Amino acid sequence: MSTYTEKIREISQRLLKECKVEMVIGFRQGTLPMMNEPCIVRKPEEVERLVWDSNCGINLANYLTNRKEKIGVVAKGCDSRNIVTHILENKIKREQLVIIGVPCQGMIDKRKIAAGVQGEILSVAEADGEVTVQTAAGAQTFKKAEVLQQNCSVCTHRNPVIHDEMVAEPVAEQTGVDPYADVAAIEAMSAEERWKFFEELLAPCIRCYACRNACPLCYCPTCFVDESKPQWVGKGQDPIDVRTFHFLRAYHCAGRCTDCGACERACPVGINMRLLTKKLNKDCLALYGWEAGLAEDKRPALDTYKANDPENFIH
Amino acid sequence: MKNLLELMGIEADRIHFSWISSAESTKFVKVVNEITAKVKALGPNQRFVKQAAKVA
Ligand code: SF4
Ligand code: SF4
Ligand code: SF4
Repeated sequence: MSTYTEKIREISQRLLKECKVEMVIGFRQGTLPMMNEPCIVRKPEEVERLVWDSNCGINLANYLTNRKEKIGVVAKGCDSRNIVTHILENKIKREQLVIIGVPCQGMIDKRKIAAGVQGEILSVAEADGEVTVQTAAGAQTFKKAEVLQQNCSVCTHRNPVIHDEMVAEPVAEQTGVDPYADVAAIEAMSAEERWKFFEELLAPCIRCYACRNACPLCYCPTCFVDESKPQWVGKGQDPIDVRTFHFLRAYHCAGRCTDCGACERACPVGINMRLLTKKLNKDCLALYGWEAGLAEDKRPALDTYKANDPENFIH
Repeated sequence: MKNLLELMGIEADRIHFSWISSAESTKFVKVVNEITAKVKALGPNQRFVKQAAKVA
């Protein structure tokens, strides 16, 4: 991984020196372990701040929305798909971007690590597919494959779909994984069980909107939940209002979500709201053969009409 | 949208979509009758209903 860091710094420095870009958006070390933060570098001598490891799960496409500068942006597979979506939705122009592609090997789920150790985590290091965690009590080692974010463990688009530079050779894509097994399990339940399942899933939600803010798709100047004239949805903790928020947030991401996991990662109470967006991803794939952000020259599923679109839900 | 509502536990027969031209009066009557029958069979909706605050 550290070779990725060196390569990112080298490319960024070159782009800034040659004035190909005005800024590079990447990651810097967070103030806490496993919490790397987005970082904007504007001067060639500042590139030492940039790092790369398995704690870069935030989606950097979120920091491109409506920007006017020429930007170098570090992009793993899912970020690159959200960049494609941004380009299709006119949120940024392809000509403004120099995409520094990172073949991704998955991001670590900080909650899985925290659940596996006692006490405060002092530092986390990785090498050769293993993650070593230091706490006051000592060191503990995990297999990286076992502490991946759930979305990364079933990701089949780890290599950037568009890029101008690459920091390494493409990685092998995962095969034989079923990204939608968890959604299928819910579909198999009865209506009553499904209602209960989501009641429990969403019960801890505090309406902080971190999931919305972390998502590159959620760029509306005023989100429907913040509007008061008209007020589309109540603003409190009423379970029906919470459910309405989650239902509509997911629906606004239909045909656009890349299952990058930034929303779930950002949630302070660990809600897997991705189950809702994933259901829509699953249906988009089954009904329209569509996966978001794979090509710059294809219009999204909900943006096109075809004479043979499925319509068996219409009487 | 219907699929997502169903995933969240709304009964399949409670939500209906139709496409009826303003000239298709007989189709309108037929569809409304069908939908009414299906929803009646399910009984009153208990889910996705916000309970009004109880005032003493
Ligand atoms: S979803 Fe895929 S590309 Fe994105 S961080 Fe996870 S493994 Fe990498
Ligand atoms: S809804 Fe979540 S998983 Fe989907 S693109 Fe947005 S942040 Fe990523
Ligand atoms: S981040 Fe979590 S707690 Fe906050 S609004 Fe989203 S689901 Fe609710």
